[in-house]
Amino acid sequence: MSRTLTFEIFRYNPMDPDSKPHMQTYELDEYDSMTLFIALNRIREEQDPTLQFDFCCRAGICGACAMVINGRPGLACTTQTVKLPKKITLHPLPVFKLIGDLSVDTGTWFQNVNEKIESWIHTQKEFDPKAIEERMENALANEIFELDRCIQCGCCIAACGTARMREDFLGAYSINRLARFYIDPRDERSDQEFYDIIGSDQGVFGCLGLLGCEDVCPKEIPLIDQLGMMRRKMALRSLRQGKCS
Amino acid sequence: MEIIYTDVLCIGAGLAGERVAIEAASAGFETICLSIVPPRRSHSAAAQGGMQASLGNSVMGEGDNSDVHFEDTVKGSDWGADQEVARIFADTAPIVMRELAHWGVPWNRVEAGKDFYFKGGKKFEKEEKKEKHGLITARAFGGTAKWRTCYTADGTGHAVLYTVDNKATEMGVKMHDRTQAEILIHDGVNCYGAVARCLKTGKLRAYIAKATLIATGGYGRIYKATTNAVICDGGGQAICLDTGIIPMGNPEAVQFHPTGTVPTDILVTEGCRGDGGTLLDVNEYRFMPDYEPDKQELASRDVVSRRMTQHMNKGLGVKSPYGDHLWLDIRHLGEKHITTKLREVYDICTQFLGVNPITGLIPVRPTQHYSMGGIRTDKDGAVYGLKGLFAAGEAACWDMHGFNRLGGNSLAETVVAGKVIGEKVVEFLKGTEVKFSTSSIDDAVSKIQERIKNLENGKNGNENALDIRNAMQEIMMQDVGIFRNEKDLKDGVDKLLVLADRAKRIKLHSSVKGCNPEMTLALRVPGMLKLALCTAYGALMRTESRGAHTREDYPERNDRDWLNRTLAYCEEGKDLPVLKYEDPTPVYELPPGHRGYGEDLTIPADMSKLNIIKKPSN
Repeated sequence: MSRTLTFEIFRYNPMDPDSKPHMQTYELDEYDSMTLFIALNRIREEQDPTLQFDFCCRAGICGACAMVINGRPGLACTTQTVKLPKKITLHPLPVFKLIGDLSVDTGTWFQNVNEKIESWIHTQKEFDPKAIEERMENALANEIFELDRCIQCGCCIAACGTARMREDFLGAYSINRLARFYIDPRDERSDQEFYDIIGSDQGVFGCLGLLGCEDVCPKEIPLIDQLGMMRRKMALRSLRQGKCS
Repeated sequence: MEIIYTDVLCIGAGLAGERVAIEAASAGFETICLSIVPPRRSHSAAAQGGMQASLGNSVMGEGDNSDVHFEDTVKGSDWGADQEVARIFADTAPIVMRELAHWGVPWNRVEAGKDFYFKGGKKFEKEEKKEKHGLITARAFGGTAKWRTCYTADGTGHAVLYTVDNKATEMGVKMHDRTQAEILIHDGVNCYGAVARCLKTGKLRAYIAKATLIATGGYGRIYKATTNAVICDGGGQAICLDTGIIPMGNPEAVQFHPTGTVPTDILVTEGCRGDGGTLLDVNEYRFMPDYEPDKQELASRDVVSRRMTQHMNKGLGVKSPYGDHLWLDIRHLGEKHITTKLREVYDICTQFLGVNPITGLIPVRPTQHYSMGGIRTDKDGAVYGLKGLFAAGEAACWDMHGFNRLGGNSLAETVVAGKVIGEKVVEFLKGTEVKFSTSSIDDAVSKIQERIKNLENGKNGNENALDIRNAMQEIMMQDVGIFRNEKDLKDGVDKLLVLADRAKRIKLHSSVKGCNPEMTLALRVPGMLKLALCTAYGALMRTESRGAHTREDYPERNDRDWLNRTLAYCEEGKDLPVLKYEDPTPVYELPPGHRGYGEDLTIPADMSKLNIIKKPSN
């Protein structure tokens, strides 16, 4: 017990023309039950009030604090220092626009993608406040919820080879999100409409199959299964239309 | 400076803010939501349990209806609630749950047939009916007569927030995330929007709106130990108090939860104690039976929290670098029980604490959990004091919770109030022509610019924002916590007044181009102190015990003298808040009585003076 931890933290302020990207070192005594949430706040409160990072729920459910921890994308708030070596290196997530230091703009990225993939239930039915709800099997509700558990932390995008190479790749996030609507009977979109959104190199056919997304997903969502499912459906669709010939 | 015009400005984009935004956008009004974080990271996402609505589909909810839900809510509030509002809420909740299903929430559903459930560690059998198969089901929650809480596994808040955010995106609601409202634009009569600071660039932007909504959630972060997210610092309440003419309703009504974990204050469920978990002190001695021989660990939330605090005050807490705590022991429940029935607890302990609860003890302490108090509104959500300003959700005191809110009622309130108040915002927009006054825009802008400049230059002194915030959080835990008495509260108010004075002299100790995190904090601290003072002073003056407000020196609920709601104002030039009082409710559908749990020490009201009515006919 009672290690002294050495943090190597990426520093860069894009708002400051004099700022240059560099690594800065901080030291901190380790306590029981210390997480990166506690450690980073201690550093900011006791050593450097200018350090930028994001936390919100600090309970692993909001997705605000994803960063690259010793080379691997993950949630800082669920990472216990005791499980890391004495030297801890922290970088901001790649792909997303840097706000400063460890803080990146995931909000704009996900908002744009959600608009692009029309991430909502498409239905012609009007809600009738006097009617009882439409029935659904509980097993199906659970299945939808399993895919709905994504917290938009951005780890899957940061760990994606294709996303690093092409800016317009929708990523595992979007494919999983559309799979969620695909299995939901309330969404009346046809296969063709789903195809129009993700039946391209921007979508299911752009994936290189490196599996990084699923490896780093903090919610352990079966992203590769969703990719496979959607890819099969979309490929069948295009075969029927002779688009793959 | 950038100036943005819109019909509706929603400050806060959690469930309440977005639900109002959807209503406005659906009626064709241009709507912008401001949020400190991307909307889907709002604290609404953290509510796991569920939403109360009397659908009565589960066999355990048979015979439920909005009357029973209404009664549970008013009793829970210890008769502090506005009964017209509680009635609107109970009547509207089932419709809103069905609407959410229509929008895509994967509510868990009734499965016909026999099934088991646990209560107090014992196994019981129930049989769900065929004709209800596939309808929205419900689970049990404390303080309710029926199983009434709609849920999606252990992620209700998350699933509903994502669905509502999807709907808002579909309706074209614009999201300006990483934006913090710093001051309201108003002329003393009408509200015209707010000036906000961009948390990406540090720049100010003025938002001019015909109608403005505050839906920024609770203010738990005035306490050191809180289950609230780090963003729940009362920003929305503070900009209202800054006007001097908008009151906080019942700021002293604060709910605590007995088992927040140490050090990160994440909750572990009451189910731990329900299933037979025990509380131990520094000597690993089980102390609850000494205080509560009858109910022991299973006494109500507030009682257990109080006893834990009392025991730690005797020096029997466990010392840690994060402050004193006690132990929760569930080891005797066994591996199978812990990894299935209490899986969430197992996950929290292993993920965040590095403790295996099958073999180790869980560090816990009573933790601030919910703000019943908030910006006082009428039943339409219109804020007292300014026209064109509305508030909804935990930020508001609407007021359906009174002095204690029931589990599952707060999450339901966000969307029910959002629908009801959203409709009222639309009515307001249709019926009013708003003329903006440029002088009030200039006034707000120059005030906030000056505040920022003074912090940067240290014009007024050299105080550190963080030191003041930390001191405030300690005072709130020590003096305005679960157990309250005149001596501690007076002491607390005095110490907070000293801090409030020091807060006028804050200076930044760092310089960063763009958004300086120290500036973000420094701008919050004076407002947090106002909220802390309203809470402490309101608690000092309320010489009775009601709901979560517990006075050791006044243990009885005093309906004779205190059947009222506190209204706390922060008037310019006055150090102490100005307290006024109003009737809790215009009508009594349910006259004051015994809640049916806890000790009954009520000093009765003169019933002949109360406006008691029969249930309004629908």
